[in-house]
Amino acid sequence: MNWVKKDLLGIKGLTKEEILFILETAESFKEISLREIKKVPTLRGKTIITLFYEPSTRTRTSFEIAAKRLSADTINISASTSSYVKGETLKDTAKNLESMRPDVIIIRHSMPGAPHMLAGMIDSSVVNGGDGSHEHPTQALLDLYTIKEKKGRLDGLKIVIIGDIIHSRVARSNIFALRHFNVDIVCSGPPTMMPPNLEELGVRVEYDMNKAVEDADVIMMLRIQKERGGTSYIPSIREYSTLYGLKASHIERAKKDVIIMHPGPINRGVEITDEVADGPYSVILDQVENGVAVRMGILYLLTGSAS
Amino acid sequence: MRIMIKNGRVIDPKNSINDILDISIKDNLIDKMGKNIKEKGNEDHIINASGHIVAPGFIDIHAHLREPGYEYKETITTGTMAAARGGFTSVVCMANTDPVNDNKSVTEYIIKKARLEGYCRVFPCGAITKGLKGEELSEIGEMFGAGIVAISDDGKSVRNSEVLRKAFEYTKIFNIPVISHCEDYDLSKGYVHEGAASLLTGLEAIPSIAEELIVNRDIVIAQYVDSHVHITHISTAGSIDIIANAKKTYKRITCDTCPHYFILTDEAILGFDTNTKVNPPLRSKRDVEAIKEGLKNGTIDIIATDHAPHDITSKDVEYNLASSGISGFETALSLSLNLVNEGVLSLEELIKKFTVNPARLLNLPYGEIKEGKAADIIVFNPDIEWVVDKNTFYSKGKNTPFHGWRLKGKNLLTIVDGNIVFRDKALR
Repeated sequence: MNWVKKDLLGIKGLTKEEILFILETAESFKEISLREIKKVPTLRGKTIITLFYEPSTRTRTSFEIAAKRLSADTINISASTSSYVKGETLKDTAKNLESMRPDVIIIRHSMPGAPHMLAGMIDSSVVNGGDGSHEHPTQALLDLYTIKEKKGRLDGLKIVIIGDIIHSRVARSNIFALRHFNVDIVCSGPPTMMPPNLEELGVRVEYDMNKAVEDADVIMMLRIQKERGGTSYIPSIREYSTLYGLKASHIERAKKDVIIMHPGPINRGVEITDEVADGPYSVILDQVENGVAVRMGILYLLTGSAS
Repeated sequence: MRIMIKNGRVIDPKNSINDILDISIKDNLIDKMGKNIKEKGNEDHIINASGHIVAPGFIDIHAHLREPGYEYKETITTGTMAAARGGFTSVVCMANTDPVNDNKSVTEYIIKKARLEGYCRVFPCGAITKGLKGEELSEIGEMFGAGIVAISDDGKSVRNSEVLRKAFEYTKIFNIPVISHCEDYDLSKGYVHEGAASLLTGLEAIPSIAEELIVNRDIVIAQYVDSHVHITHISTAGSIDIIANAKKTYKRITCDTCPHYFILTDEAILGFDTNTKVNPPLRSKRDVEAIKEGLKNGTIDIIATDHAPHDITSKDVEYNLASSGISGFETALSLSLNLVNEGVLSLEELIKKFTVNPARLLNLPYGEIKEGKAADIIVFNPDIEWVVDKNTFYSKGKNTPFHGWRLKGKNLLTIVDGNIVFRDKALR
């Protein structure tokens, strides 16, 4: 298979073959991070910009490390240090960056569709690093990679996603990706945090978390998106934690080899207890590790370095 | 000036005319209409309308001409040029200008400007409340004296029910309708329809009930004080149900919808094209079907454009930040002819919703073709195909989601008050 797409804007536009191809490509890059000299010359001479209008620790660092291990030059721009605060529009920022001829721009933005707008205006490849409540494709890809790595397969699994679904780009991208496989996806959380027509995405909805986690192979916890008004959807954090916080009792109801995932940052004591987050079922840090390999693979494919 | 329009199929629903007829226009009036009228030889223009439809000029009860204040989006000149091209001979312009049309000096300014520079008739709609703030009534009587034909805080709902009640009561002095933009602000803090669009894009949602609750409220208030309510740009199946039900017992309700609400569904927004951003938002397939049914069974009386031109910068931004609205004058007729092609409406029924019905709502002496009446006439062909090119719009607003669409049916000639204000080159 050859990669032909200029951009990675979302999982929605990807075929099953493309998803598997990315995961396969990532696999060959994972080993580089385990070497003593963690660098290969693959993307030498390529310029990669991370343009982040929203705060990020993991995603941005992960992309930067991925790019650097492939020998690309990286430049980081964040909203607080960019001309955004001086009132420059995204269009003008894009045009200006384009003039400096970067190969890839990775954008994170609070508004859905911002990466699509950017991609339509410039020739560089655009990677969506998370756009509002819309998509976070690289997170979904690293999640699939992790599930596949731990379970040896995707088909036949029961995957439960719990929390602030309505605001979650991670949930959307994961659902779009997992739908390509023969999986049972169950979403749980308070009804106020679920889009009313969520089932149309091919998932089941179960408000009772105890029922939702029964026989689960994978439990994916989500954070309350406070920056998107998430807290006004529930009476209190304490009540939320009582009803939808992941505790040891839930693990007992799940399959005995269940894995616990979280895209981070985690709010300990809110959606997940310490003992679960740090316990033996947690693969939260494996997700982070795999994120680097997946992003290396994506950068490699988008820059056409495969051909 | 004398104009002769020959051999066209004249359709005038008000006077139940549907026949091949000739029309002779002298100065600003329709002089004669009949079979085989002899040419006098002194005609300035003889139009061969054979194979075309001759109809009363269309009346748009809902448009934004943006002047004064937003001349970079549209002016009365460019707006009325676009209207004339689209087949409109009269347009009602909404009050959300800067300054707001909430007092007679603004009303007079618009009317004077339109008289000097306009290509068609312009009827201002006054604001219900001062500054569109929803707090105090505007000087409706003074604006009425200056020429407003309706009041509306369009773009906003009057949030305070008591203020709205007083508006309904007060307009009874002048017998002009209140045009209601229906939106519950607590529920409408989003950008797209709550449904497929919001689910797939993560854009904040506006549920149907945000419209329906206020449609219901406004009807209840109007009925309580026995005043006329006109609900504008309805977009949901629920609104249709509410209005259809209310009409059974209360007669002073009318409503309109716009072409984009029966042509596009919320799926159009999935590519984040900001030209699909309108308020109310594009709705689901089920809503679109209900709107068509409402047009067919007469629940919806009028088709309006909600022509809302914007400059490029207002649209070339993130979806959330983009201004709402579609530049609608130049595509409305062609898009609406789709209803005829699909068998939803007959051509007469369609013309009715653009002519006699809006004229009746606003007490305007237009919307018909009759000897001795003002010569506001259009000639269009329902079959000519053309491709929408926003760059050729007369409107300054190039914001259309229909750019590149192949449409069937085109306006060819517009006569306002006996003057040819638009003529397509396809009409010899």
